[in-house]
Formats: sequence, C-alpha cells, structure tokens
Amino acid sequence: MGIDFIIAAIITVVGLTTPILLAGLGELVVEKSGVLNLGVEGMMLVGAISGFAVTVYTFNPWFGVLGAAAGGALASLLFAVLVLQLNSNQVATGLALTIFGTGISSLMGLSFTGRIVVPFLSVFPESLAKHEYLQLIFGYSPIVYFALIMVPLTTWFLKSTRAGLILRAVGENDLSAHSIGYSVIKVRYAAIAFGGAMAGIGGCYFSMVITPMWAEKMTAGRGWIALALVVFAGWRTGRLLAGAYFFGILMALELYAKASGFSFLPSQFWAAMPYAMTVVALSFISSRGTAGANAPACLGKPFLPST
Amino acid sequence: MRIKLEKRREPSLAMLVATPIASVILTMLIGIVVFDLLGIKGFKAVVDIFLSPLLASYKWQDVALKAAPLIIIALGLSMGNRAQVWNIGAEGQYVIGALCSAGMGIAFGQTGGFLVVLLMIAAGIVGGGLWAAVPAWLRTKYNVNEILSSLMLTYVSFQVLGYLVGGPWKDPNGRNFPATAPLADAQTLPVWPESTVHLGVLVALILPIVFWVIMARSEFGYQVRVVGSSATAARHGGFDSKRTIWATMIIGGAMAGLAGGLEFLGVLHKIDLGFASGYGFTAIIVAFLGRLNPFGCLIAGIVLAVTYVGGQMAQTSVHIPNSTAGIFQAMMLFFILASDILVRYRIRVIPSAKAAGV
Repeated sequence: MGIDFIIAAIITVVGLTTPILLAGLGELVVEKSGVLNLGVEGMMLVGAISGFAVTVYTFNPWFGVLGAAAGGALASLLFAVLVLQLNSNQVATGLALTIFGTGISSLMGLSFTGRIVVPFLSVFPESLAKHEYLQLIFGYSPIVYFALIMVPLTTWFLKSTRAGLILRAVGENDLSAHSIGYSVIKVRYAAIAFGGAMAGIGGCYFSMVITPMWAEKMTAGRGWIALALVVFAGWRTGRLLAGAYFFGILMALELYAKASGFSFLPSQFWAAMPYAMTVVALSFISSRGTAGANAPACLGKPFLPST
Repeated sequence: MRIKLEKRREPSLAMLVATPIASVILTMLIGIVVFDLLGIKGFKAVVDIFLSPLLASYKWQDVALKAAPLIIIALGLSMGNRAQVWNIGAEGQYVIGALCSAGMGIAFGQTGGFLVVLLMIAAGIVGGGLWAAVPAWLRTKYNVNEILSSLMLTYVSFQVLGYLVGGPWKDPNGRNFPATAPLADAQTLPVWPESTVHLGVLVALILPIVFWVIMARSEFGYQVRVVGSSATAARHGGFDSKRTIWATMIIGGAMAGLAGGLEFLGVLHKIDLGFASGYGFTAIIVAFLGRLNPFGCLIAGIVLAVTYVGGQMAQTSVHIPNSTAGIFQAMMLFFILASDILVRYRIRVIPSAKAAGV
C-alpha cells in the first residue's frame, strides 16, 4: 500500500460517484421545479441499455451517450404526460416508471446479452491518461468530466439565469408563476426531460464504462441513492457534489473490502453499507430540519389552476 | 370546441370500478400492437399472458399460489397508501419475514407440528413488522422520508439474506450452494389434497374480509382515511397522524412478512439467493389496480398472478422474455393512474362560441 494504492482508490471513487452525481443533479432540477420523480432507477436502466445499444450499432460511444440521454428523456416524458397532463399521483407514477423501465430495459437488452463494447475511457493521449500521477486528472471517461462540469453549470443556471429563476418560481409557487404568465406545465416538462436525460447518461456509465456490457438491473438501486442524495444535499448543488463523493467512498470501501477479503466482517456487511448509511445520513439531515425548510414548496403537489 | 375538467363533488363510483377494468383491456390492446411492431405475434402473446392461465384449469393452482402473496402484501400496502404513508419496501419486509420464519424453524430443529408452524408464521409477521417499524420510527422521530428509507432497507435485507444463507444457515449437504436446508415435512404448511395449494391461499381469501371490516367499520379505519385525506382535518379531529404512520407501516410490514413466511413454508421450503422474486414491488401495482380497496386487491391480485403465470407460459410458447409480463404490469399501473382523473373530474365538452351560434 502506498501512493499507487491511493491513486487507484481515488480513480475508483470518482468512477463510482459519477452515475449518482449525474442522476442526482438531474433530479435536483426536477424537484426544484416542484415535481418529485421517483422513476430515476427506471430511467437509468433505460439509459444504460439505450447507450449500450447505440454504441453497439454505431461503434461510437459519443453517440451512445446521446442515445442514453435520449432514452432517459423519452422514458421521463411518459411520467411527465401522466403527472402534468392528467394530474396523476407523482409518487405512484414515479414508481410505475421504475417498474416500467426495469421491464422495458430487460426486453430491449435481450439481443444484447453477452455482447461487449470497447469501454468509453479517457480520450487523452496515453502518456497522460496512463501516466503514473497525471492519470488522476486525465484518466477518466469523458462522462466523468461532463458530470463535473454540470455541477457549476447547474448552479449557475438555477442561481443566475432568468430561466433558472422561472424554474425555481414554478417550484416554489406554481399558482403565482402561472398568474404572471409563465407556463408551469412547459417549465416542468423541460425539467423532467432534463432529469431523464441526466439519469440516462448516469445509467450508461454502468453499461459503457464500469462493465462494458449489458446486464438486467445493473444499476442496482443507485437511482434510489441519487434520490436520497437530493434530500441529503438539501436541494443545493454544492452539497450534492459533496454527498455524491461521500457515497462514492462508501461504495469503494465495499469493493476494497471484498477484494482484500476483510474477513472480520462478511462481504455482505460492506455491500449493505451504502444503503444503510443513506438511511443514517437522511436521518441526520432530516432531523436538523434545515433540509426540509429548503425543499421547494410545491414539491410533489399537482398543479391545479382555477382557470 | 373546448374540453373542460369539472371537479366532481364526490368521486365517481362507476369510474372507480370501470377504470381498472378499462386499464386491463387497454393494456391488452396496446400489447397486441406493440408486440406486432416488435416482430412478435402480438395477439398470441396477449392471449397467452392474459387468458391461457384462466382457460387451462391445471394452471389455476399456479395462479392461486402467485396471487396469495400479492393479495396479502397489497392489503397492507393499500391501508398505508390510504393514509398517504408510502411503504415501498415491502420486498424487504417479505424477505426478512421469511428469514424470521426460517430462523424459528431452525430453532426447533426437526420438530414440527401445528404449534411450531404457527410460531414460524408468527415470527414472519413480527419480523416483517419490525423491519417496517424502522422507517416508521425514522419518519415520526426524524422526519425521514419513508419512501427512501423503506427502499434502502430492502437492499440491506437482500444482504442479510445473502449473509445468512451463504454463511450460518447454509445447508451442509447442499454442495456448497448458498441456500438453507429444505424444511422438514412437519414444518411445512398443510396442502389441499392432490394439489400444491397451501393454507396460505385460504389466508389470502379471508384477509380481505378482515381488512374491509377494519377499514370500513372500525374507528381505526376511519382515522386512517381522515389522516390520508387531510392532515389538517385529522388534527382538528384529534387524530394523531404519527400513530397512524406507525400503525400502517407496521401492518404493511407484518403483512409482507406473513406473505414471505407463507411462501417459505408453503411453496419454496428453503431460502436461496433468488428468494426475493419481486412480489413486494408487484403488490404496489395490485394495491393501485385494486383501488386501495380490500376486495379490489383480491381481484387485482388474481389478475396480476395471471400475468405472472401467463408470462411464464408465453416464454415457452411464443418465446417472449419473462420481463414482458413486467411491462404489462407497469402499463396497467400507468393506465390506472392516468384514469384517476376520470374518477375525480367530469369531462365536459364546451362548444365554442361560434358553433353555438352566439
């Protein structure tokens, strides 16, 4: 153990963090607009298979990522139509999306089982990407950089742009936003589609980078962790980034514990750790009451204008 | 011409009953089209999934066996949903319930009999209830969203199962395969002569009546409905919504634990890594398709069980994957949620001013 180990560990953590960071950022924007979409896990799975399928057909992982975004967004629109147009219950509809996404992804994935793609790794020259130390900066898949860039971009969008202000207004008080002439429904459609695309890209990180193949339910509940992350972060992008790394480290611990055969505790203990810690972390955050105060006021409520 | 939605003063009973039926029919029709587009014989697939299990009498017992856990879990969940308590971790409570039943059985060794079986089932109920009490405690004490906590605990429960069946409870004669030793015959549920239908099926037929009485006739049932319809009204009425959260979560968990125990004692007789088969999640669909009504859950449970059995049949006959049934199940849920609006609103077509000749 030494510097090599630390470098390898950091790279693992960054990799594990990326999918939940992407999906979490997307969901944060959705929730800021006042909609609770519990379908993240389903959208991630649809993204995972879409990205993989497009990569198999086009031999181009960049198209794969676009395909994953499109797949996730398309899946999210199903949810959007029900929730926005028909005012269906958001909790139940989100669950339906996850069940649907799980089913449709395994149906789509049938003809891709057992196939592999070239993993979508660093595009930097090998002298940088494989360099002993510089790989810490250059050794990641482009999706990782995308996720990291999206953090300040989302912050900037929500805080400093007019569109972001409108989106937050819609989430805080939909009726007021409606009465001064903003289309609540359109804003929420856009937010939900963005959330779907981000979850899709997060999902394809599993099928295109971590294990460059398709397997049913390969996201293994990370969509739910991303949802927890948003609450954990108190709907703030900066804290979301920190929270994502916290969970990334926990998940990396599991891998290392398994690999090194920490025999004083069973491997299942480490596998359960991220989920158990999510519950503990949520308890800490929720009990302080600050997180709830920061939640968008219209979160999860249907939009019912009187006219 | 314009379409306008008018809120109904009372939810429409006719729509409440008609929409689930319409959802199932719509799912079948769309299924035919979608499968044809996918290059699978759509009509045959839909007939196989939705009708063959009903037409083939030898499949009825399969349907009954699959329907039993779905109904039992859905009964508990729909009570929670009525109170706006979202327990989506029934799958985990089902697993923990089965493990507790197994633990009780192991404690008795090879001893069986009526009392032991009863204790094993009781252990399942208690285990599932306790597992669900954790999200209830976190919600009432720390205001933790029960959707997330109950689901996270489901993933934890899978690891608990993995640890127990791969470690301390591993069958020593099982060729190192991670599974518990098969139950002694004296520890299994009684079975209807010359069939596979176990006592749990009877439980699933009786429980809807019990739940209906509780929900429609008891003060507790009234409280659940009031808390669910409006937290403010509940406060004014002097109802403690925390108590309702505790009660409905624990009842939901207890039912899931009971279902897990019954499945273990009545059908599988051992627990391996594939024990969690998704009943806990499918039961959410059953609850909604059954409109959160106990008898609705009974019927919806049978419908969903038919799609399970039909899905397996279609797998061999038209070579469509098992996941197809899952897609149909999700579609039914989408339709039922989409049609909710018809229950609460009336659709009015308003002729435009010009057409009306004004």
